[in-house]
Amino acid sequence: MNLTLKVWRQQNTDTKGKFVTYKADHVSPDMSFLEMLDVVNEDLVKSGDEPIGFDHDCREGICGSCALYINGRAHGPKQGIATCQLHMRSFYDGETIVIEPFRAASFPVIKDLSTNRSALDRIQQAGGYVSINTGGVPDANTIPVPKVISDEAFNSATCIQCGACVAACKNASAMLFVSAKVSQLALLPQGQPERYRRVQAMVAQMDAEGFGNCTNTGACEAECPKEISLTNIARMNREYFTAKLFKEEEIH
Amino acid sequence: MKLDAKIPEGPLAEKWSKHKFNLKLVNPANKRKYTVIVVGTGLAGASAAASLAELGYNVKAFCFQDSARRAHSIAAQGGINAAKNYQNDGDSVYRLFYDTIKGGDYRAREGNVYRLAEVSVNIIDQCVAQGVPFAREYGGLLDNRSFGGSQVSRTFYARGQTGQQLLLGAYSALNRQIHHGKVDMYSRHEMLDVVTIDGQAKGIVTRDLVSGKIETHAAHAVLLCTGGYGNVFYLSTNAMGCNVTAAWKAHKRGAYFGNPCFTQIHPTCIPVSGDHQSKLTLMSESLRNDGRVWAPKTVELAKKLRDGLLKVTDLKEEDRDYFLERKYPAFGNLVPRDVASRNAKEVADEGRGVGKSGMAVFLDFAEAISRLGEDAVRAKYGNLFDMYQQITDENPYKQPMRIYPAVHYTMGGLWVDYNLQTTVPGLYALGEANFSDHGANRLGASALMQGLADGYFVIPYTLGDYLATIGPKPVDENHPAFAETVKNVTERIHKLLSLKGTKTVNEYHKELGHIMWEYCGMARNEEGLLKAKGLIRALRDDFWKKALVSGINEEFNQNLEKAGRVADFLELGELMVDDALDRKESCGGHFRVESQTEEGEALRDDEHYTYVAAWEYKGNNQPEDLHKEELVFENVKLTQRSYK
Repeated sequence: MNLTLKVWRQQNTDTKGKFVTYKADHVSPDMSFLEMLDVVNEDLVKSGDEPIGFDHDCREGICGSCALYINGRAHGPKQGIATCQLHMRSFYDGETIVIEPFRAASFPVIKDLSTNRSALDRIQQAGGYVSINTGGVPDANTIPVPKVISDEAFNSATCIQCGACVAACKNASAMLFVSAKVSQLALLPQGQPERYRRVQAMVAQMDAEGFGNCTNTGACEAECPKEISLTNIARMNREYFTAKLFKEEEIH
Repeated sequence: MKLDAKIPEGPLAEKWSKHKFNLKLVNPANKRKYTVIVVGTGLAGASAAASLAELGYNVKAFCFQDSARRAHSIAAQGGINAAKNYQNDGDSVYRLFYDTIKGGDYRAREGNVYRLAEVSVNIIDQCVAQGVPFAREYGGLLDNRSFGGSQVSRTFYARGQTGQQLLLGAYSALNRQIHHGKVDMYSRHEMLDVVTIDGQAKGIVTRDLVSGKIETHAAHAVLLCTGGYGNVFYLSTNAMGCNVTAAWKAHKRGAYFGNPCFTQIHPTCIPVSGDHQSKLTLMSESLRNDGRVWAPKTVELAKKLRDGLLKVTDLKEEDRDYFLERKYPAFGNLVPRDVASRNAKEVADEGRGVGKSGMAVFLDFAEAISRLGEDAVRAKYGNLFDMYQQITDENPYKQPMRIYPAVHYTMGGLWVDYNLQTTVPGLYALGEANFSDHGANRLGASALMQGLADGYFVIPYTLGDYLATIGPKPVDENHPAFAETVKNVTERIHKLLSLKGTKTVNEYHKELGHIMWEYCGMARNEEGLLKAKGLIRALRDDFWKKALVSGINEEFNQNLEKAGRVADFLELGELMVDDALDRKESCGGHFRVESQTEEGEALRDDEHYTYVAAWEYKGNNQPEDLHKEELVFENVKLTQRSYK
């Protein structure tokens, strides 16, 4: 396959970026998208140019590092996968592919296609945990958890923190991400003691980071590589309202 | 220096409790006067950092990824073992201990392994309390499965992503301590050297991967939780960023390297599709529960398949060789990882391999589908089948999968004593980064167990003993050792950038990988190893003359990051070969062609090789010194593994 790439190049956070066009020839359909970029980068290094910066690590769709906006879609044209699981057979010979970073005011570009998504870490630091220390916990089977509840919590917990929901959203809202985290612990008995405190702390941090609000267009759900459901957002809203209306004083 | 493993005296079951009592404690009011550095935030690092901060120590945690959650523990699929005996099927701490020692082919310490089995039960309690959503039964209790040929069901799991769920648990505990101000988190920071003062570890030098700034960090102790070195083979199931740099720098500062040649090769990975391949993808071992492994009976048939003259589904039953079932009637397709891997390679070497490259064998579900129905197979393995189809564009419900072994885990690592301390006082190694618990072969679902055992339940006790001994006096960051180490780090970076050669860092890495896989992979012999040694030396010399590293230091420069890592792999590779040369026996994942039974199985030599090989660095391009830690078995009897 022979392809034309229009790639966002930006030296660092403080400089302006622009699209640069590259030719990618002799691309095998069996290559992954990131392997195609590897090949382009090898050529760039050899010709004395700077390789394209992009985040990636496990290349199995679980670490959440890779985050490319391909032809106007987070993680590219296919459903339910991260960029690293996208293969070149999903494109046609001669195609022009536009590659951008995940764009959001809360995700400043570090270089080229690599962005700073540490806002997502800070939201979890604000309260996304159960406050227990190591040791002194009860036996794991002391509290039975209904399988349906456990499975539902697991579905929320599959989020890989890639930020595709933010990139896909016209408001750059992180609500699908935050709600998945809130849901996991709100559903499980272990999360109950801090349930209302947690949702308020996390939402407050989410707002402080500058993420937008949810207007129910559902782009996040459509682009999520783990297919996290919008139900999570509904659940987070309910948790949040319950906290604000009835339990706010209990929060400190 | 004489190696002292510091394994406590007394009966096996009492060693750890007695030892815990004998360890010194740090006064609660004094804990805040100590700083501890934790490098790496996978299961071992995140759990250690969180647990130590909870105790009151000041922790500085480092990871090269952009978030602590992305450490490669996240990718573990299968599960985590624990001797809970929830299934009432005869499991016990002693049985888990015994299985682990035996599975490791009697090359691990009894004391360490018993402790691992002992604390395994606490890990599950801890994770559940954090909100880790393990699989459950309809009654609401935790589900277990049997894993990797184990005869009891002791594996806890969270669908196919146990690693992510456990890591998110540890990461949440870490986040809580960051919130409390007890952990300073440095993401996108790579450790480039250890600072030692009077032989003790007192800090590290890091590079900020965004700005390129070289920084120093002082502490009373340094914990390396930096994972394994499987990427020395270029292609492995490790993440792209996994590297040996932190461990290797520690090695050069005096930490002995234990059993570097012990690597695990996983049999069920998706084969290489071409020269562009950047990494390999593993599919859970559970596939072998229902899939049948086979290859064409003759070289001619295999060639026809490769050339597309024959379709796999047209191959008659009598032309198929179910080689694992044929050779190992008792265990069949469920033989341990090393045996399954070696047999696949043998078949490919005979010319009976399939796929374009000939580097694959079939894993066939046709029989399972006709026995159980396609829906039942989908319910069990659907996500793996989807993953396979995504990567290969072949439908595994309609035709057999192609699989081939790939490097997966390294049992070797920094030598540590019972307290997890390396031969450098104040420098510790946890998780895959140390060598301690898996001997010559790791059992499935034991890596997660060891990482969390070290971090949650071992280091919080053993580190206190050392800290209490040295006292809380602050470490002086103005000591010349810091400036000197920074100078070394900076010089090396400048040297890499000034090479301006013609060959890319990736090309060197690929070449090194080929050498390691060919001569120090699944089967090793003296002639090949000697050849590899020469090849690696030549490649290393060439690297330092002709490598091409782009850009400058003062920027986000992934090419430079990689160059430093490959340079270290080029040194480690030679040590692995030396270690493989020294160990003339076959054991676990280390198969020396010269040492096999009449049936072609691995043959141990307990008389001469019941030791841990701990290597001491002696300077650039100098042969390393071998120190032997004799392994003493007081409780188990050494037997030859047999799966016939």
